[in-house]
Amino acid sequence: MDQKPTPPAEDPALNAAFEARIAAGESIEPKDWMPERYRRQLTRMMSQHAHSEIVGMLPEGNWITRAPSLRRKMSLIAKVQDEAGHGLYIYCGTETLGVDRFDLYNQLLDGTAKYSSIFNYPTLSWADMGVIGWLVDGAAIVNQTVLAKTSYGPYARAMVRICKEENFHKRQGYEICATLAAGTPSQKAMVQDAVDRFWWPSLMMFGPSDKDSPNTAELLRWRVKRKTNDELRQRFVNLTVPQAQAIGLTLPDPDLTYNAETRNWDFGAIDWAEFFEVIKGNGPCNQERLAARNKAHDDGQWVREAAEAYARKQAKKTEAA
Amino acid sequence: MSAAKSASGDSHWPLWEVFTQGSTGQPFEHAGSLHATDAEHALQNARDVYARRGEAVNLWVVPSTAITASAPGDAGPFFDPGNDKAYRHPQFYKAPRGVKIY
Repeated sequence: MDQKPTPPAEDPALNAAFEARIAAGESIEPKDWMPERYRRQLTRMMSQHAHSEIVGMLPEGNWITRAPSLRRKMSLIAKVQDEAGHGLYIYCGTETLGVDRFDLYNQLLDGTAKYSSIFNYPTLSWADMGVIGWLVDGAAIVNQTVLAKTSYGPYARAMVRICKEENFHKRQGYEICATLAAGTPSQKAMVQDAVDRFWWPSLMMFGPSDKDSPNTAELLRWRVKRKTNDELRQRFVNLTVPQAQAIGLTLPDPDLTYNAETRNWDFGAIDWAEFFEVIKGNGPCNQERLAARNKAHDDGQWVREAAEAYARKQAKKTEAA
Repeated sequence: MSAAKSASGDSHWPLWEVFTQGSTGQPFEHAGSLHATDAEHALQNARDVYARRGEAVNLWVVPSTAITASAPGDAGPFFDPGNDKAYRHPQFYKAPRGVKIY
């Protein structure tokens, strides 16, 4: 006997109606019927995205106490707070798919969940705060602007909200880079070094090349994704090259050349071996990030308990009154 | 990790739907949801999560369980009584040419 559980059969009529709605460009809402695989793919994508927002607070949190001025410090705190908010928008989107946010969060804490590989790189200098805002948030904006048109309504709405806020992140980062690039020789060297370290990992943020991305075709058909990884990566490169030129920084790629025919900036080969190592958990900071996240969660236990105790006390008071 | 940890999340707190009013006189719009221990806690968290940049002058938080929603699958028959009555729209009525009636 075959002991493998057979997947629940899905009504072909429902499936056809779903595909027709997708093809007509309609939004899918939480209570609508959807194929189990669509639900699973979205849960996977959205939870990885939410985890990335949460882990993304750590490399920047590292510099809050060492920001060079009060103005920079206020901006950085506001940005890190935004990232927490972004995580919450997306987690609340995943809950509309019928999953418990804390199950997802536990997968992050125990190291089984994936999140964006970029946050496993260390932030070694203040200039990294500028470069993260400019390149990492810049890459995220390119990705999220397209996701704002994704077929799942709650995800799309979360993206619209996030995109509005990310523009502040990118501009504050670019301002830091421009200021350092126009500063003393050692400031300029510091920001160039940060660009040199973050450029290639930023390109990897868009995920594997289309030919190694087995989910892409299905996700495009379902309009979950609206552009391929390679298309988005190219768009990011095209946007970023002039921004680097404008402030006199170079991007660490000798093959970067303008292609007048395609009107794209052609770029060199990405080190995918490095990407897959970081995804597997062997990046420079994977262990440290998870340890910090677990510590933050454990240290927050008394706050959750206090909130519950306070709510119980208030409820009792209301009852007595 | 530890078994104790998996029991100590906050997603078992009640779920609240958050509605924001962008400026006075405007309708309240659904912004998202969050978990909180009680209404006051929900309101404070809603402010921090959904109104960090002047997005709202007023907030509502509503227990998600208090919302009754129409079923998408029944949308056709449910809304049908309103769909076939063209005479409810101004375009149904003819006016003499050249007369400005608004």
